[in-house]
Amino acid sequence: MRKTSRIEERFFRVLMFFSTAFIAISLLLIVFSIVYKGLPSLSWEMLTQEPKGGFYFGKEGGILNAILGSFYLAIGATLLAMLIAIPVALFINVHLRKYKKSTNFIRFLLDLMWGVPSIVYGAFAFGVMIYLGVRTSLLAGIITVTLFIIPIMIRSFDEVLKTIPNGLLESTFSLGATLSETSYRVVLRQCIPGFITSILLSFGRAIGDAAAVMFTAGFTDSIPTSLNQPAATLPLSIFFQLSSPIPEVKARAYTSALVLTVIILLISIFARYFSRKYEKNKIRF
Amino acid sequence: MGVLTISRQVRNRLHGSWMLISLIFVVLLPFLLGTGLYIKSANLLSNHSISSLLFSTEWKPISGKFGLWPFILSSLWVTILAVLFAVPICLLTSLHITQYAKRWVLSLMHPIIDILAGIPSVIYGVWGVLIVVPFVADYIAPLFGKTISGYSILAGAIVLAIMIIPFMLNILMEIFKTIPEELTEASLALGATRWQTIKKVILRKAFPGIVSAIGLGLSRAFGETIAVMMVVGNVTRIPYGTLQPGYPLPALIANNYGEMMSIPLYDSALMLAALVLFVIVLFFNFASRMAIVRLEKNL
Repeated sequence: MRKTSRIEERFFRVLMFFSTAFIAISLLLIVFSIVYKGLPSLSWEMLTQEPKGGFYFGKEGGILNAILGSFYLAIGATLLAMLIAIPVALFINVHLRKYKKSTNFIRFLLDLMWGVPSIVYGAFAFGVMIYLGVRTSLLAGIITVTLFIIPIMIRSFDEVLKTIPNGLLESTFSLGATLSETSYRVVLRQCIPGFITSILLSFGRAIGDAAAVMFTAGFTDSIPTSLNQPAATLPLSIFFQLSSPIPEVKARAYTSALVLTVIILLISIFARYFSRKYEKNKIRF
Repeated sequence: MGVLTISRQVRNRLHGSWMLISLIFVVLLPFLLGTGLYIKSANLLSNHSISSLLFSTEWKPISGKFGLWPFILSSLWVTILAVLFAVPICLLTSLHITQYAKRWVLSLMHPIIDILAGIPSVIYGVWGVLIVVPFVADYIAPLFGKTISGYSILAGAIVLAIMIIPFMLNILMEIFKTIPEELTEASLALGATRWQTIKKVILRKAFPGIVSAIGLGLSRAFGETIAVMMVVGNVTRIPYGTLQPGYPLPALIANNYGEMMSIPLYDSALMLAALVLFVIVLFFNFASRMAIVRLEKNL
């Protein structure tokens, strides 16, 4: 009896070890295969030029349109989402702090929204665009991605704000501060490190998403100069290039994938760095 | 002084009302999504019965036949298979990380999980095309004596499994962390080994949580679009096996948005597909979240 139970424990510990290693290895494998395939056709031209005529037949040009398009879109959407997400997160945690029932309901609803796939947002936005008679544009893409990242952003702000002790709120109120002063001048400042991480992660979500922008931002070879022009995005650029039968174009799809992966890795590193850096400005209790 | 207080009050009011407006907007968003999709698909629903649309296997947009069943079935195949692959790995790893792992393993695994969770869907798709599709074509299919291109439900499920692993893993780790320390300590003090404690105390106590983590993973997998679309083959047919190509619902919507304006009712049909997706995902999410809320209450 004793022996079998020991063998069982051994067996499962080995399995656990392997499954943990499997996860680490699959990340390595993903990054390695993208780097291995993408590096050969990485060039300065690729990063700094727009697609020229014949780009999709393997001629010269680059993916600057998609890189810039993605950044415009993600920056726009992140800023717009912050405009709504920060007030909502503060409202739930400062104004409604005592109303547990309603805050739980709001959190539940946000969790539900968090799970809705981005293609549903894309289809919805496309439906609205048909109804209004507008064409694909950077602005439509930004609004769609904003809707999609709002729940993600609020919930991750919310997790940060939950850690605020009641004592901090009570002491600011007792000094005569209004609710909004408490929210923006005290609570928000206290939570800046966590907020920066959340914002960067939402930005990563926005820049990596393809399904929501497919219908709404469109695709173009030129760099958008205004909000009502269509905009190319990196994920879609990768997708279109990969579906080409021409080997040179396929090779460039891998390079574009490498560019996107590097951007995402950089965001994740920045998020860690900033959250450490601003950690020291916090008031300790 | 008086002016100052008034302006402070006004500012407080302004901030407060903007907060309230934003909150109302956010709370209304899901209902807006649902009704918007419903209105858009109402055209089709007024001509056909809902059951004939959902369960008919005929998809011929030109002759006005919009049976979604092949797509729903493909989605189910890919999703369920992916969850079957992912669940054992997630369970074992989350137990390892929360119960056994040393500090250095923790500090290594946390960034790895975060990065995996942050990698965009399309990158997983590229990886799938590079590694998983050839793997399925060259190694798995010959085992069953078949020659295929590799673009199949199995390839989609493998890619999807890797994608939902970080997501489910995070939820499972959270759930195992909520199990009170006293319980495991009591069990260990009674002479049970770590593994016996895991089996008899932790897994039993966390069971509802595990089920809901699976539900959340399922709903996440169901809506995944671009990565699956890149490796699954996209052939409109009822899939009979895992080595055959499939055509999941999200891929259907994403692939056809370009041409949907030229054929009557086509856009309605795609909006209906989006609505079906929305309802299924919401249902799984709702059930799982409810289970988690219950679990937290009982602890």
